[in-house]
Amino acid sequence: MRLPVGARATQVNGFFNAHKYLILRRISQLTILMLFMLGPLAGVWIIKGNLSASLFLETIPMSDPFVLLQSFVAGHIPETTALIGAAIVTLVYFGLGGRVFCSWVCPVNVITDLAHWLRRKLKIRTSTKLSPNIRWYLLLLSLVMPLITGTIIWEQVNPVSLLHRGLIFTMGLGWFLVAAIFMFDFLLVERGWCGHICPMGAFYNALGKKSIVRVDASSRDKCDKCMDCFAVCPEPQILKGPLFGADKGQSSLIDTGDCTNCGRCIDVCSEKVFEIKNRFTR
Amino acid sequence: MAVAGVGLAAYTAKSSGLDARALRPPGALNGIDFLSACVRCGLCVEACPYDTLKLATLFEPVTTGTPFFEARSVPCEMCEDIPCQTACPTGAISPDLASIDDAKMGLAVLIDQENCLNYQGLRCDICYQVCPVMDEAITLDIRRNERTGHHAMFIPTVHSDACTGCGKCEQACPLEKEAIKVLPLEIAKGELGHHYRWGWKEKEKAGESLIGEMLELPHGLPSGDTK
Ligand code: SF4
Ligand code: SF4
Ligand code: SF4
Ligand code: SF4
Ligand code: SF4
Repeated sequence: MRLPVGARATQVNGFFNAHKYLILRRISQLTILMLFMLGPLAGVWIIKGNLSASLFLETIPMSDPFVLLQSFVAGHIPETTALIGAAIVTLVYFGLGGRVFCSWVCPVNVITDLAHWLRRKLKIRTSTKLSPNIRWYLLLLSLVMPLITGTIIWEQVNPVSLLHRGLIFTMGLGWFLVAAIFMFDFLLVERGWCGHICPMGAFYNALGKKSIVRVDASSRDKCDKCMDCFAVCPEPQILKGPLFGADKGQSSLIDTGDCTNCGRCIDVCSEKVFEIKNRFTR
Repeated sequence: MAVAGVGLAAYTAKSSGLDARALRPPGALNGIDFLSACVRCGLCVEACPYDTLKLATLFEPVTTGTPFFEARSVPCEMCEDIPCQTACPTGAISPDLASIDDAKMGLAVLIDQENCLNYQGLRCDICYQVCPVMDEAITLDIRRNERTGHHAMFIPTVHSDACTGCGKCEQACPLEKEAIKVLPLEIAKGELGHHYRWGWKEKEKAGESLIGEMLELPHGLPSGDTK
Protein backbone atom coordinates (compact mmCIF):
# COMPACT_ATOMS: atom_id res chain seq x y z
CA MET A 1 0.00 0.00 0.00
CA ARG A 2 1.13 3.50 -0.72
CA LEU A 3 2.09 5.34 2.42
CA PRO A 4 0.94 8.92 2.98
CA VAL A 5 3.39 11.61 1.85
CA GLY A 6 6.33 11.82 4.20
CA ALA A 7 5.37 8.78 6.30
CA ARG A 8 8.28 6.75 5.04
CA ALA A 9 10.72 9.51 5.90
CA THR A 10 9.26 9.69 9.40
CA GLN A 11 9.70 5.91 9.81
CA VAL A 12 13.25 5.91 8.58
CA ASN A 13 14.61 9.22 9.83
CA GLY A 14 12.38 9.95 12.81
CA PHE A 15 9.70 12.62 13.19
CA PHE A 16 12.04 15.48 13.85
CA ASN A 17 14.30 14.86 10.86
CA ALA A 18 11.30 14.37 8.63
CA HIS A 19 9.91 17.77 9.67
CA LYS A 20 13.06 19.66 10.51
CA TYR A 21 12.91 22.37 7.87
CA LEU A 22 9.16 22.68 8.15
CA ILE A 23 9.46 23.31 11.87
CA LEU A 24 12.38 25.70 11.45
CA ARG A 25 10.48 27.63 8.82
CA ARG A 26 7.38 28.00 10.94
CA ILE A 27 9.56 29.12 13.84
CA SER A 28 11.25 31.62 11.55
CA GLN A 29 7.97 32.98 10.18
CA LEU A 30 6.43 33.20 13.61
CA THR A 31 9.47 34.75 15.26
CA ILE A 32 9.77 37.44 12.61
CA LEU A 33 6.10 38.28 12.93
CA MET A 34 6.25 38.25 16.74
CA LEU A 35 9.26 40.56 16.80
CA PHE A 36 7.30 43.06 14.73
CA MET A 37 4.18 42.68 16.87
CA LEU A 38 5.97 42.85 20.18
CA GLY A 39 6.36 46.62 19.84
CA PRO A 40 2.73 47.64 19.40
CA LEU A 41 1.47 44.81 21.66
CA ALA A 42 3.90 44.85 24.55
CA GLY A 43 6.01 47.95 24.05
CA VAL A 44 9.13 45.90 23.39
CA TRP A 45 10.70 47.55 20.40
CA ILE A 46 13.17 45.14 18.84
CA ILE A 47 12.07 45.88 15.33
CA LYS A 48 9.80 48.68 14.17
CA GLY A 49 7.74 49.06 11.03
CA ASN A 50 6.79 46.13 8.85
CA LEU A 51 8.17 44.11 5.95
CA SER A 52 7.92 47.11 3.62
CA ALA A 53 10.40 49.08 5.71
CA SER A 54 11.67 48.60 9.21
CA LEU A 55 14.25 49.61 11.74
CA PHE A 56 16.04 46.88 13.69
CA LEU A 57 17.29 47.75 17.19
CA GLU A 58 17.00 51.45 16.39
CA THR A 59 19.98 51.18 14.04
CA ILE A 60 19.72 48.82 11.09
CA PRO A 61 17.20 49.89 8.44
CA MET A 62 15.67 47.30 6.15
CA SER A 63 13.32 47.89 3.30
CA ASP A 64 11.66 45.81 0.65
CA PRO A 65 13.46 46.38 -2.66
CA PHE A 66 10.26 45.49 -4.55
CA VAL A 67 8.19 48.30 -3.08
CA LEU A 68 11.09 50.72 -3.34
CA LEU A 69 11.51 49.91 -7.00
CA GLN A 70 7.81 50.63 -7.54
CA SER A 71 8.23 53.90 -5.69
CA PHE A 72 11.18 54.79 -7.89
CA VAL A 73 9.23 54.04 -11.06
CA ALA A 74 6.40 56.16 -9.71
CA GLY A 75 8.83 59.06 -9.65
CA HIS A 76 10.11 59.27 -6.11
CA ILE A 77 13.77 59.10 -5.14
CA PRO A 78 13.73 57.54 -1.67
CA GLU A 79 15.84 58.92 1.15
CA THR A 80 19.15 57.24 1.97
CA THR A 81 17.75 55.29 4.92
CA ALA A 82 15.36 53.40 2.68
CA LEU A 83 18.04 52.85 0.05
CA ILE A 84 20.50 51.41 2.57
CA GLY A 85 17.68 49.25 3.90
CA ALA A 86 16.91 47.91 0.44
CA ALA A 87 20.59 47.19 -0.19
CA ILE A 88 20.81 45.15 3.01
CA VAL A 89 17.69 43.14 2.18
CA THR A 90 18.78 42.62 -1.41
CA LEU A 91 22.17 41.30 -0.33
CA VAL A 92 20.66 38.88 2.16
CA TYR A 93 18.28 37.33 -0.37
CA PHE A 94 20.84 37.43 -3.12
CA GLY A 95 22.93 35.12 -0.99
CA LEU A 96 20.34 32.97 0.72
CA GLY A 97 17.98 32.57 -2.22
CA GLY A 98 15.38 35.12 -3.24
CA ARG A 99 12.38 33.03 -2.42
CA VAL A 100 13.74 32.32 1.01
CA PHE A 101 11.52 35.31 1.58
CA CYS A 102 8.56 33.18 0.49
CA SER A 103 9.21 30.14 2.60
CA TRP A 104 10.90 31.61 5.65
CA VAL A 105 9.37 35.07 6.06
CA CYS A 106 6.17 35.71 4.10
CA PRO A 107 3.03 35.41 6.25
CA VAL A 108 0.86 34.50 3.27
CA ASN A 109 2.94 31.37 2.82
CA VAL A 110 1.44 29.98 6.02
CA ILE A 111 -2.04 30.46 4.58
CA THR A 112 -1.29 28.97 1.17
CA ASP A 113 0.67 26.08 2.71
CA LEU A 114 -2.31 25.37 4.91
CA ALA A 115 -4.60 25.35 1.89
CA HIS A 116 -2.28 22.96 0.12
CA TRP A 117 -1.98 20.68 3.14
CA LEU A 118 -5.77 20.57 3.49
CA ARG A 119 -6.13 19.74 -0.19
CA ARG A 120 -3.84 16.78 0.29
CA LYS A 121 -5.55 15.60 3.47
CA LEU A 122 -9.02 15.90 1.94
CA LYS A 123 -7.80 14.46 -1.35
CA ILE A 124 -9.05 17.39 -3.40
CA ARG A 125 -7.52 16.75 -6.80
CA THR A 126 -9.47 19.11 -9.05
CA SER A 127 -7.50 22.12 -10.03
CA THR A 128 -8.00 24.69 -12.75
CA LYS A 129 -5.01 25.05 -14.99
CA LEU A 130 -3.32 28.42 -14.81
CA SER A 131 -0.09 29.54 -16.35
CA PRO A 132 2.63 29.91 -13.73
CA ASN A 133 3.85 32.82 -15.82
CA ILE A 134 1.01 35.07 -14.71
CA ARG A 135 3.27 36.20 -11.88
CA TRP A 136 5.83 37.50 -14.34
CA TYR A 137 3.21 39.47 -16.24
CA LEU A 138 1.88 40.83 -12.96
CA LEU A 139 5.39 41.74 -11.88
CA LEU A 140 5.81 43.62 -15.13
CA LEU A 141 2.43 45.26 -14.63
CA SER A 142 3.25 46.28 -11.07
CA LEU A 143 6.41 47.95 -12.31
CA VAL A 144 4.87 49.64 -15.35
CA MET A 145 1.64 50.91 -13.82
CA PRO A 146 3.39 53.29 -11.38
CA LEU A 147 4.88 54.95 -14.44
CA ILE A 148 1.39 55.76 -15.67
CA THR A 149 -0.41 56.45 -12.41
CA GLY A 150 2.44 57.97 -10.42
CA THR A 151 1.51 55.87 -7.40
CA ILE A 152 2.75 52.62 -5.88
CA ILE A 153 -0.16 50.70 -7.25
CA TRP A 154 0.43 47.06 -6.30
CA GLU A 155 0.59 48.04 -2.64
CA GLN A 156 -3.12 48.84 -2.76
CA VAL A 157 -3.85 45.15 -2.87
CA ASN A 158 -0.59 43.28 -2.22
CA PRO A 159 -1.78 40.58 0.20
CA VAL A 160 1.73 40.00 1.54
CA SER A 161 2.24 43.48 2.94
CA LEU A 162 -1.47 43.81 3.62
CA LEU A 163 -1.50 40.77 5.89
CA HIS A 164 1.76 41.59 7.62
CA ARG A 165 0.79 45.22 8.11
CA GLY A 166 -2.67 44.19 9.20
CA LEU A 167 -1.39 41.84 11.89
CA ILE A 168 0.86 44.54 13.34
CA PHE A 169 -1.55 47.48 12.96
CA THR A 170 -5.15 46.76 11.99
CA MET A 171 -6.52 44.32 9.50
CA GLY A 172 -9.97 45.78 8.86
CA LEU A 173 -11.57 44.32 5.76
CA GLY A 174 -8.18 42.99 4.72
CA TRP A 175 -9.28 39.59 6.04
CA PHE A 176 -11.52 39.26 3.00
CA LEU A 177 -8.53 39.31 0.71
CA VAL A 178 -6.67 36.77 2.83
CA ALA A 179 -9.72 34.51 2.97
CA ALA A 180 -10.14 34.85 -0.79
CA ILE A 181 -6.58 33.70 -1.37
CA PHE A 182 -7.07 30.76 0.94
CA MET A 183 -10.26 29.68 -0.83
CA PHE A 184 -8.65 30.19 -4.23
CA ASP A 185 -5.75 27.91 -3.30
CA PHE A 186 -7.92 25.44 -1.44
CA LEU A 187 -10.71 24.96 -3.94
CA LEU A 188 -9.75 26.39 -7.30
CA VAL A 189 -6.09 26.17 -8.18
CA GLU A 190 -3.49 24.03 -6.48
CA ARG A 191 -0.62 26.27 -5.34
CA GLY A 192 -2.63 28.96 -7.09
CA TRP A 193 -1.42 32.13 -5.46
CA CYS A 194 2.25 31.51 -4.69
CA GLY A 195 2.88 29.24 -7.63
CA HIS A 196 1.15 31.27 -10.31
CA ILE A 197 0.13 34.77 -9.38
CA CYS A 198 2.11 36.55 -6.68
CA PRO A 199 4.38 39.15 -8.32
CA MET A 200 6.24 39.63 -5.07
CA GLY A 201 7.32 35.99 -5.19
CA ALA A 202 8.34 36.58 -8.79
CA PHE A 203 10.41 39.59 -7.81
CA TYR A 204 12.31 37.67 -5.15
CA ASN A 205 12.54 34.77 -7.57
CA ALA A 206 14.42 37.02 -10.00
CA LEU A 207 16.52 38.45 -7.19
CA GLY A 208 17.72 35.02 -6.10
CA LYS A 209 18.22 33.38 -9.48
CA LYS A 210 21.91 32.81 -8.83
CA SER A 211 21.91 32.67 -5.06
CA ILE A 212 24.76 31.05 -3.19
CA VAL A 213 22.62 28.74 -1.05
CA ARG A 214 20.93 26.05 -3.11
CA VAL A 215 19.29 22.70 -2.59
CA ASP A 216 21.16 19.89 -4.31
CA ALA A 217 19.80 16.44 -5.17
CA SER A 218 23.33 15.26 -4.62
CA SER A 219 22.45 11.64 -3.85
CA ARG A 220 19.95 11.29 -6.66
CA ASP A 221 21.21 7.79 -7.46
CA LYS A 222 19.57 6.70 -4.20
CA CYS A 223 16.14 8.05 -5.23
CA ASP A 224 13.50 5.30 -5.15
CA LYS A 225 10.92 7.34 -7.05
CA CYS A 226 8.42 7.52 -4.20
CA MET A 227 7.59 11.01 -5.49
CA ASP A 228 6.98 12.41 -2.02
CA CYS A 229 9.15 15.44 -2.79
CA PHE A 230 6.94 16.20 -5.79
CA ALA A 231 3.91 16.12 -3.53
CA VAL A 232 5.27 18.66 -1.06
CA CYS A 233 7.33 20.96 -3.28
CA PRO A 234 5.57 24.26 -3.96
CA GLU A 235 7.13 24.27 -7.43
CA PRO A 236 7.26 20.54 -8.25
CA GLN A 237 8.18 21.11 -11.92
CA ILE A 238 11.70 22.14 -10.86
CA LEU A 239 12.54 18.74 -9.37
CA LYS A 240 12.42 16.63 -12.52
CA GLY A 241 15.65 17.77 -14.13
CA PRO A 242 17.93 17.66 -11.10
CA LEU A 243 16.47 14.34 -9.93
CA PHE A 244 16.08 12.33 -13.12
CA GLY A 245 18.20 14.20 -15.65
CA ALA A 246 21.50 12.48 -14.86
CA ASP A 247 21.68 10.66 -18.18
CA LYS A 248 20.97 13.91 -20.02
CA GLY A 249 23.91 15.44 -18.22
CA GLN A 250 21.75 17.68 -16.05
CA SER A 251 23.23 18.96 -12.84
CA SER A 252 21.70 17.76 -9.61
CA LEU A 253 21.66 21.33 -8.31
CA ILE A 254 18.17 22.81 -8.13
CA ASP A 255 19.45 25.96 -9.72
CA THR A 256 16.36 28.05 -10.33
CA GLY A 257 14.81 31.10 -8.77
CA ASP A 258 11.57 29.13 -8.49
CA CYS A 259 12.97 27.04 -5.63
CA THR A 260 12.05 28.63 -2.32
CA ASN A 261 14.82 26.85 -0.38
CA CYS A 262 12.09 25.63 1.92
CA GLY A 263 13.89 22.35 2.44
CA ARG A 264 10.65 20.39 2.49
CA CYS A 265 12.05 17.99 -0.11
CA ILE A 266 14.94 17.29 2.25
CA ASP A 267 12.46 16.58 5.04
CA VAL A 268 10.23 14.12 3.23
CA CYS A 269 12.92 12.14 1.47
CA SER A 270 13.55 8.87 3.30
CA GLU A 271 16.63 8.23 1.15
CA LYS A 272 18.29 11.55 2.03
CA VAL A 273 18.69 12.50 -1.61
CA PHE A 274 18.69 16.23 -1.03
CA GLU A 275 20.92 18.52 0.94
CA ILE A 276 21.58 22.23 1.24
CA LYS A 277 24.69 23.29 -0.56
CA ASN A 278 26.80 26.31 -1.27
CA ARG A 279 26.78 26.65 -5.04
CA PHE A 280 30.54 27.25 -5.19
CA THR A 281 31.89 24.51 -2.97
CA ARG A 282 29.43 21.73 -3.60
CA MET B 1 -4.00 40.48 -17.59
CA ALA B 2 -5.38 43.62 -19.16
CA VAL B 3 -8.49 43.15 -17.07
CA ALA B 4 -6.39 42.89 -13.94
CA GLY B 5 -4.53 46.03 -14.96
CA VAL B 6 -7.64 48.04 -15.64
CA GLY B 7 -9.28 46.77 -12.46
CA LEU B 8 -6.25 47.70 -10.42
CA ALA B 9 -6.06 51.11 -12.06
CA ALA B 10 -9.72 51.73 -11.38
CA TYR B 11 -9.38 50.71 -7.77
CA THR B 12 -6.36 52.95 -7.39
CA ALA B 13 -8.07 55.88 -9.01
CA LYS B 14 -10.95 55.41 -6.65
CA SER B 15 -8.88 55.03 -3.54
CA SER B 16 -5.98 57.36 -4.21
CA GLY B 17 -7.93 60.43 -3.33
CA LEU B 18 -7.79 61.33 0.31
CA ASP B 19 -11.05 61.31 2.16
CA ALA B 20 -12.09 64.82 3.18
CA ARG B 21 -11.92 63.85 6.84
CA ALA B 22 -8.47 62.28 6.67
CA LEU B 23 -5.31 64.27 7.16
CA ARG B 24 -1.71 63.34 6.41
CA PRO B 25 1.12 63.57 8.97
CA PRO B 26 3.01 66.88 9.19
CA GLY B 27 5.43 67.42 6.33
CA ALA B 28 3.84 64.74 4.14
CA LEU B 29 4.32 65.29 0.44
CA ASN B 30 1.24 66.42 -1.44
CA GLY B 31 -1.37 64.14 -2.96
CA ILE B 32 0.04 61.88 -5.62
CA ASP B 33 3.65 62.56 -4.61
CA PHE B 34 2.91 61.06 -1.23
CA LEU B 35 1.45 57.98 -2.91
CA SER B 36 4.58 57.51 -4.96
CA ALA B 37 6.82 57.81 -1.92
CA CYS B 38 5.12 56.19 1.05
CA VAL B 39 5.86 52.46 1.30
CA ARG B 40 3.21 52.02 4.01
CA CYS B 41 5.66 50.79 6.64
CA GLY B 42 3.96 52.42 9.61
CA LEU B 43 7.21 53.64 11.12
CA CYS B 44 5.62 57.07 11.47
CA VAL B 45 2.61 55.52 13.18
CA GLU B 46 4.81 53.73 15.70
CA ALA B 47 6.89 56.85 16.28
CA CYS B 48 3.92 59.04 17.17
CA PRO B 49 3.72 59.30 20.97
CA TYR B 50 0.04 60.25 20.91
CA ASP B 51 -1.27 57.45 18.67
CA THR B 52 -2.48 60.12 16.31
CA LEU B 53 -1.65 58.31 13.11
CA LYS B 54 -3.30 55.20 11.72
CA LEU B 55 -2.69 53.12 8.62
CA ALA B 56 -5.62 52.80 6.25
CA THR B 57 -7.01 49.31 5.82
CA LEU B 58 -8.46 47.76 2.67
CA PHE B 59 -11.57 49.54 1.34
CA GLU B 60 -11.20 52.47 3.72
CA PRO B 61 -11.60 55.76 1.86
CA VAL B 62 -7.88 56.44 2.26
CA THR B 63 -5.30 54.70 0.06
CA THR B 64 -4.61 51.26 1.53
CA GLY B 65 -1.78 51.17 4.01
CA THR B 66 -1.01 54.89 4.06
CA PRO B 67 -0.90 56.89 7.31
CA PHE B 68 -3.57 59.44 8.17
CA PHE B 69 -5.35 60.89 11.16
CA GLU B 70 -8.81 62.11 11.96
CA ALA B 71 -8.67 65.39 13.83
CA ARG B 72 -11.95 64.97 15.68
CA SER B 73 -10.77 61.77 17.41
CA VAL B 74 -7.03 62.27 17.87
CA PRO B 75 -5.41 65.46 16.56
CA CYS B 76 -1.69 66.01 16.02
CA GLU B 77 0.00 67.41 19.11
CA MET B 78 2.66 69.16 17.05
CA CYS B 79 5.74 67.63 18.70
CA GLU B 80 8.75 69.95 18.59
CA ASP B 81 11.02 67.14 17.38
CA ILE B 82 8.49 65.76 14.86
CA PRO B 83 9.14 62.04 15.59
CA CYS B 84 6.94 60.87 12.71
CA GLN B 85 9.12 62.80 10.30
CA THR B 86 12.37 61.47 11.75
CA ALA B 87 11.06 57.92 11.53
CA CYS B 88 10.06 58.04 7.88
CA PRO B 89 12.73 56.21 5.89
CA THR B 90 11.55 57.18 2.42
CA GLY B 91 11.01 60.92 2.54
CA ALA B 92 7.25 60.55 2.08
CA ILE B 93 7.20 62.75 5.16
CA SER B 94 9.60 65.27 3.78
CA PRO B 95 12.73 66.08 5.78
CA ASP B 96 12.37 69.60 4.36
CA LEU B 97 9.86 70.56 7.03
CA ALA B 98 12.18 72.39 9.41
CA SER B 99 9.75 73.42 12.11
CA ILE B 100 6.44 71.91 13.12
CA ASP B 101 4.99 75.43 13.03
CA ASP B 102 5.42 75.38 9.27
CA ALA B 103 3.38 72.20 8.89
CA LYS B 104 0.40 72.28 6.55
CA MET B 105 -1.56 69.16 7.37
CA GLY B 106 -4.77 70.88 6.42
CA LEU B 107 -6.64 74.07 7.13
CA ALA B 108 -9.22 74.72 9.81
CA VAL B 109 -12.46 76.10 8.41
CA LEU B 110 -15.27 77.41 10.58
CA ILE B 111 -17.70 75.68 8.37
CA ASP B 112 -20.97 75.88 10.32
CA GLN B 113 -21.61 79.47 11.32
CA GLU B 114 -25.21 78.67 12.19
CA ASN B 115 -24.16 76.47 15.07
CA CYS B 116 -20.88 77.99 16.23
CA LEU B 117 -21.56 79.44 19.67
CA ASN B 118 -19.44 82.53 19.12
CA TYR B 119 -21.41 83.33 15.99
CA GLN B 120 -24.51 83.54 18.21
CA GLY B 121 -22.78 86.09 20.41
CA LEU B 122 -21.66 83.70 23.15
CA ARG B 123 -18.11 83.45 24.40
CA CYS B 124 -17.18 79.84 23.80
CA ASP B 125 -13.75 80.68 22.35
CA ILE B 126 -12.59 77.10 22.84
CA CYS B 127 -11.09 76.66 19.39
CA TYR B 128 -9.23 79.89 19.85
CA GLN B 129 -7.99 78.87 23.30
CA VAL B 130 -6.71 75.42 22.39
CA CYS B 131 -4.93 76.44 19.22
CA PRO B 132 -1.17 75.78 19.61
CA VAL B 133 -0.46 78.78 17.37
CA MET B 134 -2.74 80.98 19.44
CA ASP B 135 -3.62 84.42 18.11
CA GLU B 136 -1.95 83.66 14.82
CA ALA B 137 -3.83 80.73 13.32
CA ILE B 138 -7.14 81.70 14.91
CA THR B 139 -7.93 85.26 15.94
CA LEU B 140 -11.16 86.55 17.43
CA ASP B 141 -12.44 89.29 15.21
CA ILE B 142 -14.88 91.68 16.82
CA ARG B 143 -18.13 92.35 15.07
CA ARG B 144 -21.35 94.07 16.11
CA ASN B 145 -24.06 91.73 17.37
CA GLU B 146 -27.02 92.66 15.18
CA ARG B 147 -29.38 90.46 17.19
CA THR B 148 -29.01 92.25 20.50
CA GLY B 149 -27.96 95.51 18.97
CA HIS B 150 -25.55 96.42 21.71
CA HIS B 151 -23.14 93.54 22.15
CA ALA B 152 -20.08 92.34 20.33
CA MET B 153 -19.51 89.03 18.65
CA PHE B 154 -16.07 87.45 18.71
CA ILE B 155 -15.73 85.63 15.45
CA PRO B 156 -13.06 82.93 15.34
CA THR B 157 -11.18 83.63 12.15
CA VAL B 158 -8.64 81.21 10.73
CA HIS B 159 -5.52 82.44 8.95
CA SER B 160 -4.10 80.00 6.44
CA ASP B 161 -0.54 81.29 6.72
CA ALA B 162 -0.33 80.23 10.37
CA CYS B 163 -2.75 77.30 10.69
CA THR B 164 -0.87 73.98 10.68
CA GLY B 165 -3.97 71.84 10.39
CA CYS B 166 -3.18 70.01 13.61
CA GLY B 167 -6.87 69.61 14.40
CA LYS B 168 -6.81 70.64 18.06
CA CYS B 169 -9.65 73.11 17.44
CA GLU B 170 -11.79 70.54 15.68
CA GLN B 171 -11.28 68.06 18.48
CA ALA B 172 -12.09 70.60 21.19
CA CYS B 173 -15.21 72.20 19.71
CA PRO B 174 -17.90 71.44 22.33
CA LEU B 175 -20.79 71.01 19.93
CA GLU B 176 -22.35 67.62 19.31
CA LYS B 177 -20.77 67.86 15.88
CA GLU B 178 -17.90 70.28 15.45
CA ALA B 179 -18.55 73.61 13.75
CA ILE B 180 -14.88 74.02 12.87
CA LYS B 181 -13.31 71.32 10.73
CA VAL B 182 -9.80 70.80 9.47
CA LEU B 183 -9.94 70.00 5.78
CA PRO B 184 -7.21 68.96 3.37
CA LEU B 185 -5.79 72.07 1.70
CA GLU B 186 -7.02 71.04 -1.76
CA ILE B 187 -10.53 71.22 -0.41
CA ALA B 188 -10.19 74.16 1.95
CA LYS B 189 -8.32 76.60 -0.26
CA GLY B 190 -9.63 78.59 -3.19
CA GLU B 191 -7.32 79.89 -5.85
CA LEU B 192 -7.32 83.31 -7.44
CA GLY B 193 -7.73 83.58 -11.22
CA HIS B 194 -4.17 83.71 -12.49
CA HIS B 195 -4.69 87.03 -14.25
CA TYR B 196 -6.20 88.64 -11.16
CA ARG B 197 -4.30 91.41 -9.41
CA TRP B 198 -5.31 93.18 -6.27
CA GLY B 199 -5.25 96.86 -7.25
CA TRP B 200 -4.21 98.12 -3.85
CA LYS B 201 -1.34 95.67 -3.60
CA GLU B 202 -0.04 96.55 -7.04
CA LYS B 203 -0.29 100.18 -6.11
CA GLU B 204 1.72 99.56 -2.98
CA LYS B 205 4.34 97.61 -4.89
CA ALA B 206 4.71 100.28 -7.54
CA GLY B 207 4.62 103.08 -4.99
CA GLU B 208 1.91 104.80 -7.00
CA SER B 209 -1.25 104.05 -8.91
CA LEU B 210 -0.45 102.18 -12.09
CA ILE B 211 -2.98 104.09 -14.17
CA GLY B 212 -2.23 107.48 -12.72
CA GLU B 213 -4.80 109.55 -10.91
CA MET B 214 -6.33 111.11 -14.01
CA LEU B 215 -9.06 108.58 -14.49
CA GLU B 216 -12.48 109.76 -13.39
CA LEU B 217 -14.94 106.94 -13.12
CA PRO B 218 -18.66 107.65 -13.01
CA HIS B 219 -20.18 107.18 -9.57
CA GLY B 220 -23.32 105.09 -9.75
CA LEU B 221 -26.07 106.57 -7.58
CA PRO B 222 -29.16 104.68 -6.39
CA SER B 223 -31.34 107.10 -8.27
CA GLY B 224 -29.76 105.99 -11.53
CA ASP B 225 -28.11 109.39 -11.99
CA THR B 226 -24.39 109.72 -12.41
CA LYS B 227 -22.57 112.26 -10.28
S1 SF4 C 1 4.80 33.70 -3.62
FE1 SF4 C 1 4.13 35.63 -2.68
S2 SF4 C 1 2.58 35.09 -1.18
FE2 SF4 C 1 3.66 33.21 -1.76
S3 SF4 C 1 5.21 32.98 -0.21
FE3 SF4 C 1 6.16 34.10 -1.92
S4 SF4 C 1 5.86 36.28 -1.48
FE4 SF4 C 1 4.51 35.13 -0.12
S1 SF4 D 1 12.94 21.96 -4.44
FE1 SF4 D 1 12.85 21.50 -2.26
S2 SF4 D 1 13.58 23.36 -1.30
FE2 SF4 D 1 13.06 23.91 -3.38
S3 SF4 D 1 10.96 24.62 -3.25
FE3 SF4 D 1 10.87 22.42 -3.76
S4 SF4 D 1 10.66 21.40 -1.79
FE4 SF4 D 1 11.37 23.51 -1.38
S1 SF4 E 1 3.98 65.73 15.15
FE1 SF4 E 1 3.85 64.40 16.94
S2 SF4 E 1 1.65 64.19 17.37
FE2 SF4 E 1 1.83 65.02 15.32
S3 SF4 E 1 1.71 63.19 14.03
FE3 SF4 E 1 3.89 63.65 14.34
S4 SF4 E 1 4.47 62.41 16.09
FE4 SF4 E 1 2.22 62.48 16.07
S1 SF4 F 1 7.05 56.30 7.80
FE1 SF4 F 1 6.95 57.29 5.81
S2 SF4 F 1 6.92 55.58 4.33
FE2 SF4 F 1 6.42 54.72 6.34
S3 SF4 F 1 4.17 54.78 6.43
FE3 SF4 F 1 4.90 56.68 7.37
S4 SF4 F 1 4.90 58.15 5.69
FE4 SF4 F 1 4.79 56.12 4.77
S1 SF4 G 1 -15.04 75.81 19.59
FE1 SF4 G 1 -16.67 75.46 18.12
S2 SF4 G 1 -18.46 76.50 18.94
FE2 SF4 G 1 -16.70 77.27 20.08
S3 SF4 G 1 -16.12 79.11 19.01
FE3 SF4 G 1 -14.88 77.46 18.13
S4 SF4 G 1 -16.07 76.71 16.37
FE4 SF4 G 1 -17.45 77.98 17.64
